[in-house]
Amino acid sequence: MDLLEYQGKQVFARHGVPVPSGRHAQTVDEAAAAADDIGYPSVIKAQVQIGGRGKAGGIKVAGDHGEAREHAQAILGMDIRGLTVHELWVEGASQIASEYYASVVFDRSAKAPLVMLSTKGGMDIEEVAETDPGAIARLHVDPLLGFQEFHGRRLAFEAAVDADVVRPVGAMLASLYEVFVAEEATLVEVNPLIVTPQREVRALDAKVTLDDNALFRHPENAELRDPSREDPQERMAKERSLTYVKLDGNIGILGNGAGLVMSTLDVVAQAGGSPANFLDAGGGSKAEAITSAVEVILSNPNVRAVLFNIFGGITRCDEVARGLIEAFDQINPTVPFVVRLDGTNDVDGRQLLAEADLPNVFTESTMDGAAQKVVKLAA
Amino acid sequence: MSILVDSNTKLVVSGITGREGTFHSLRNRDYGTQVVGGVTPGKGGQDVEGIPVYDTFHAAVAETGANTAMIFVPPRFAADSILEAEDAGIDLIVAITEGIPAHDELRAFNVIKKNGRARLIGPNCPGILSPGKANVGIIPAAFFKEGNVGVVSRSGTLTYQIGNVIAQEGFGNSTIVGIGGDPVPGSDFIDIVALFQEDPETELIVMCGEIGGDAEERAAEFIASGVTKPVVAYIAGFTAPPGKTMGHAGAIVSGSRGTAKAKAEALESKGVRVGRTPTEVAELAASLLAAAA
Repeated sequence: MDLLEYQGKQVFARHGVPVPSGRHAQTVDEAAAAADDIGYPSVIKAQVQIGGRGKAGGIKVAGDHGEAREHAQAILGMDIRGLTVHELWVEGASQIASEYYASVVFDRSAKAPLVMLSTKGGMDIEEVAETDPGAIARLHVDPLLGFQEFHGRRLAFEAAVDADVVRPVGAMLASLYEVFVAEEATLVEVNPLIVTPQREVRALDAKVTLDDNALFRHPENAELRDPSREDPQERMAKERSLTYVKLDGNIGILGNGAGLVMSTLDVVAQAGGSPANFLDAGGGSKAEAITSAVEVILSNPNVRAVLFNIFGGITRCDEVARGLIEAFDQINPTVPFVVRLDGTNDVDGRQLLAEADLPNVFTESTMDGAAQKVVKLAA
Repeated sequence: MSILVDSNTKLVVSGITGREGTFHSLRNRDYGTQVVGGVTPGKGGQDVEGIPVYDTFHAAVAETGANTAMIFVPPRFAADSILEAEDAGIDLIVAITEGIPAHDELRAFNVIKKNGRARLIGPNCPGILSPGKANVGIIPAAFFKEGNVGVVSRSGTLTYQIGNVIAQEGFGNSTIVGIGGDPVPGSDFIDIVALFQEDPETELIVMCGEIGGDAEERAAEFIASGVTKPVVAYIAGFTAPPGKTMGHAGAIVSGSRGTAKAKAEALESKGVRVGRTPTEVAELAASLLAAAA
């Protein structure tokens, strides 16, 4: 789960990471009142989970009450790369002497947390990594040992931060590492980490990704999820414990097992089609799960045809067939279905479908054949 | 021969008294695997259809001489169970559980690595099948027969799909290893490919990857540095959009890294044949084996 900036800053504050003080706002009145309390100049910041807010006009400095109202009015409801702004964060404007970059990430290939620090803050760090890799100091931390003070010093010296802030920057890295471990994050990033003219070190932005699998240990973080901001089909799927990702095309896809579903999307694309979704019905799917999945797939109005690609292992093909028959009973779909059943109880499953004689349901014996058929039907 | 599991495997199952744990333990035993015990704290002294249950891994190992563990407990207990198995001296730990917190996986992985005693397969994997010898996990064994193709995969059902097409071409498998779809797998492609390279029965290796991470790219380097057996690969997820997790916690394209295209190119640049569909992978494998015969 990705946190919004202000949620990340609230988490930071709990672990002693210095952040500018600010307030959350959802209306123009709230934003202006917050700015009045904080004092001017203050910054009105769009809260959306995407980079490039500043460039899109989603971050503005207000010099007085009138400007605070004007900026809040402009930013609320703004579309930033496909996301609508519903929330604002208002904070005191910071004076900036230096801008750094700091992060703690889950490094999959080293299988250890990776801490990074650079004096090239405020920029796209992927670009810095490509054009000037030497500008980023990196250090893997043994998760069994944890972050030590010397780690912080070493990174600060290697990144060549200003000599007088080596200690506070090292301390901030230690606090960020604490956030990473204590909140079970997979990413903690601060860009920019600033040094003020008074030589104070602060996190001016906060990007935190939490591990969904660990939310059961962090009920206060779990509450930060806002289902109303999620795609309606994805929300519906989540409520039914299905793994669903919406895509841009018009062919609905259902399969069992993440790898097989990904592969099905690829085979459909190679046949010239365009998948409307990824849907993994999971292992051992029972008939009700299949019926539920059909509803989720068809709730996307772009879907013109549906492909079922099942290789039964734990999942039994006769259960899948029963689920499809039940779905036809309940929702009477108008788009054609192509069904490929192979594996455990496949003969029974095909037999059930043949007996049910559902309108517009075609069975195919191979994955490739099924993909070609569904592409033809969706065209 | 085969790798990891065979007729010498003595399996103890953590979570044997749960619904899924019981079902698959008995299935594994029916296949011929020596299932010597189970672990469920508080249920020591009971049995599951004749399989003795112990309170701790330590008791199970002391009583049965078990050398392999299968982890079937829910996510919040799984890392603890893996660490208990390791502490009890188990050689091979196969973790089926899906949804283990990433920091738990990180801790378990690093403890196992530091101690250097045990090998971990998974988590979030379908297990290991050596056809005709032993089945540890949830792989439907009926589709596979003994043979000379070694398979290593991040995905379960995709493995069945590819294995089934290979079987239809008339070939069998030495061992099928599911390494799992999580960000921190206990064993990587490299670990398993190295075992297949040393296994006299394995004549060809099929590697089944997907988007996310750089395990396939690192495997390509490893294969170039000394794997003499032919390797055929498949990569799933060419159509996956960046930033969206495709079902497996590990299957996500972030930034420009971890795309299916980059992985396929890395493998092909090292001489690995990459099939564009599961069917093509099986055909490539079959033609290479036929040419070698």
